[in-house]
Amino acid sequence: MSHSSPRRPARGSSLRSATIGAPPRRRSLEARGLWLIAVLAGLAVLCALSVSIGTRAVGWQEIWAGLGGATDTIGEAAVAKRVPRTLLAALAGAALGLSGAVMQGVTRNPLADPGILGVNMGAALAVVLGIAWFGMVSFTAYIWVAVAGAALTVAFVYAIASVGPGGATPLKLALSGVATSVAFSSFITGVVLPRNDIAGGVRSWQIGGVGGASFAGITEVLPVLFAGFVLSLLSAKRLNSLALGDELAAGLGERVALARATSAAGAVLLCGATTAICGPIGFVGLAVPHLCRLLVGIDHRWLLPFSALVGAGLLIAADVLGRVVARPSEMDVGIITAFLGAPIFIWIVRRQRIRAL
Amino acid sequence: MTAAPSLTGTTADWVALGRRRRDGRRRTVAWGLGALLLGLFALTLMLGQSFIPPGDVLRVMLGQDVPVASFTVGTLRLPRATLSVVAGLSFGMGGAAFQTMLRNPLASPDIIGISFGASAAAVIGIVFFGLSGGAVSTFAIAAGLGVALLIYGLSFKGGGAGARLILIGIGMASMLESVIAYALQKASSWSHAEAMRWLAGSVNGATWGEILPAALALVLFGGVLLTRARDLETLRLGDDAAAALGVRVAWTRITVLVTAVGMIAFATAAAGPIAFVAFLSGPIAARITGPGRSLLIPAALTGAVLVLLADYVGQFALPSRYPVGVVTGALGAPYLVWLIARSNSGGGAS
Amino acid sequence: MTTSHSLAAEALVAGYAERAVLEGVDLAVPPGKITAIVGANACGKSTLLRAMSRLLSPREGQVVLDGKAVHRMPAKALARTLGLLPQAPIAPEGITVADLIGRGRHPHHGTFTRWSRADDTAVAAAMEATKTLDLAERAVDELSGGQRQRVWIAMALAQETDLLLLDEPTTFLDVAHQVEVLDLLVDLNASRGTTIVMVLHDLNLAARYADHLIALAAGKLHAAGPPQAVLTVETIRHVFGLDSQVIRDPVSGAPLMLPIGRHRLAAG
Repeated sequence: MSHSSPRRPARGSSLRSATIGAPPRRRSLEARGLWLIAVLAGLAVLCALSVSIGTRAVGWQEIWAGLGGATDTIGEAAVAKRVPRTLLAALAGAALGLSGAVMQGVTRNPLADPGILGVNMGAALAVVLGIAWFGMVSFTAYIWVAVAGAALTVAFVYAIASVGPGGATPLKLALSGVATSVAFSSFITGVVLPRNDIAGGVRSWQIGGVGGASFAGITEVLPVLFAGFVLSLLSAKRLNSLALGDELAAGLGERVALARATSAAGAVLLCGATTAICGPIGFVGLAVPHLCRLLVGIDHRWLLPFSALVGAGLLIAADVLGRVVARPSEMDVGIITAFLGAPIFIWIVRRQRIRAL
Repeated sequence: MTAAPSLTGTTADWVALGRRRRDGRRRTVAWGLGALLLGLFALTLMLGQSFIPPGDVLRVMLGQDVPVASFTVGTLRLPRATLSVVAGLSFGMGGAAFQTMLRNPLASPDIIGISFGASAAAVIGIVFFGLSGGAVSTFAIAAGLGVALLIYGLSFKGGGAGARLILIGIGMASMLESVIAYALQKASSWSHAEAMRWLAGSVNGATWGEILPAALALVLFGGVLLTRARDLETLRLGDDAAAALGVRVAWTRITVLVTAVGMIAFATAAAGPIAFVAFLSGPIAARITGPGRSLLIPAALTGAVLVLLADYVGQFALPSRYPVGVVTGALGAPYLVWLIARSNSGGGAS
Repeated sequence: MTTSHSLAAEALVAGYAERAVLEGVDLAVPPGKITAIVGANACGKSTLLRAMSRLLSPREGQVVLDGKAVHRMPAKALARTLGLLPQAPIAPEGITVADLIGRGRHPHHGTFTRWSRADDTAVAAAMEATKTLDLAERAVDELSGGQRQRVWIAMALAQETDLLLLDEPTTFLDVAHQVEVLDLLVDLNASRGTTIVMVLHDLNLAARYADHLIALAAGKLHAAGPPQAVLTVETIRHVFGLDSQVIRDPVSGAPLMLPIGRHRLAAG
């Protein structure tokens, strides 16, 4: 009911009511520019840390040699392996952060996140079914099957959440996402349990990680990620109109269904492809856009690129942390993000007004 | 219906008549469910790899020594079926209590993370501390209750709110899930197998030592929960309306939380987290008994029927043997699809 | 039935989280009468009603019912004397009208008591009073807005309280149904002697239907008394920040407020 809203911006997320109720706080170009420089600098530092820190302590000379491609000593070889790993963490983090920001915009839902919406589990189920029933082996096939699974799951979860009065509220969206995840994961267990031949592979894939990164794998997934990045970043303006509510957006000349579909397609490509190569990594898509809104405000033209950058930084940081906390072994990045992300999620929930849930 | 009369006395008769008719229907359905459960229980004792005639089953249950049947029924089938029933009753009743309290058919404890505390604790106990048997159960029960209270505490901000409780539960669940995943990753192959068996939810190899605590918890917590049935039902009108009708909302909520989580934690300790029984029993029971009265008892019976049936299907009706939790878990997806289909075809008012 | 209870607020301060909405309110509800609480958006009308019915604990001061502080009374005992219909109660999915109205009997039952003849009589009387008998077997979800509001009022009536508080009972209803609901409340007041306190948005309907008006402004009591005394040009200016003219309502004889905006003013 957006026509009744200028006075009473109820029921929406606090973000939306901020858009409607009061004019958004103008963030000056300089402030945003400064933040941009700060984020880029932080990203560079994290990349440097990521190639130099690991379970094995390596000297500076070896790091330089490793970066140059030398693999003569164990240290140099370790560094050479950290380069694709860092690249993958950056790509995956950017993809997840961006996809979360787009999903939150499309659904106008502050809790939308590929993990919460069950997308990860949908992609996982699709891949498992492909392996178990259709003997799928090629990595390219994995990617597309995972993307298809992710897309179908998004539609499925959204449909369940729309059942009943009130439409797809944040609460119902989260619940139907989790219910779907639980159902899918039992399904996966059912499929995998009698198949000892594939059980090991599936199990190791079910925790998200970037440890096994290789340039070959990254090259395979790059075209899909690229398409996703382009589609998502181009949707910034559309998301700005959608933020005003469907009716108002239509009144402003936006083709609402088309805007939704293209933005969502970009987000799904991103998180589906990421899940295919890394496995499920939760909470990056949820936490990063919220953080970025604090930095640059609610304009999607700034929010989307920032979410990508901060997402990349966050995932690299989580990966480095995972190498350090459990020495001499490693902790997968999916576990680290869940541990950092869940408290953030709880904080967001506690901050929301009950009405908006 | 005849035209409504207008004198209050006769109107009261007319009102009472309608009420008795609706109550009668509900009672019939409840008795029917009870009979179905009893029948299934008897059948699972008789059927299996070999058929044991009812007479032998009866004699075993009376404590007589019968060749073959004493082992098959007394040692294998009877504990298994009993645990199925106890766990099913606990999950069904606890789940329906949560769904009613939170006014949301999706908000059962196995979805919103309340049950994950027990699972995570059990896996940690098995993998990192090498616990087994009763120690795992105790640890799981304590953690289940602890996590539930923590979620409740976090959701309490100037008055607890159902929506916040659900969402914080979901956040907690995903954190605990990653704990479980991490523990499994670190596990030795023996403890990994043990933990997986615990997580899958199974009534295989049930012993009386496991069943007894769960059964006692069911009687104790279930009893307390049933005394709160009316308050719980009134809570469905909304917190304000319920308070205006004399329900102590916060008190009712904490009582329901502790008792429902308590019996679910004990059942989980005995049978593992049998997926979706808590989630599905309430809505199925609501479907067959009709709206208007407390769902606790019908949902408990439905839960028991579900577990018994699913266990039988998992053992004998599928190409390979599955633990009961996998079978019930697979029921979840079709149920969600059905939810969508129903709302598209009729607006949900039926 | 016609025992009159005294309900009063004494130096009441109440609110949510960090924000105090009511800042020291003293008022007395006249027994056996219809009282309407009016005021601008967010002035604390609903908060006052919630505090009076124990849904909200006061930070300072108290609400006194028959000489006892409401917040120290047992929940069910209070609910047998004082009923409240909140703004947005929830009808459980699929529940029938008769069953929903029966829920009003909750405070009259303990944990193990059975349904009695008195319960059926109370439900029957509530249904007769609200003309909901024909709806008895229908599902509440299927009813129209006006019918549904009658059913909720019937539930509150089945509670058989001598005091009934209603939070905006006419929102979301069209004008015909608003009048119908208010007429019904006047019937109740006349036939059972029920003391009625309601929050109303529409000033003119409040002035017409209430015996006693309470005007709140910014969390404080601004004026209280019969409509003729409260609904004045000065009060409206203070409470709503609006210029107006008050004339005599030709239909009821109550005061009628006509707002004066910046445009569409008759010449002169």
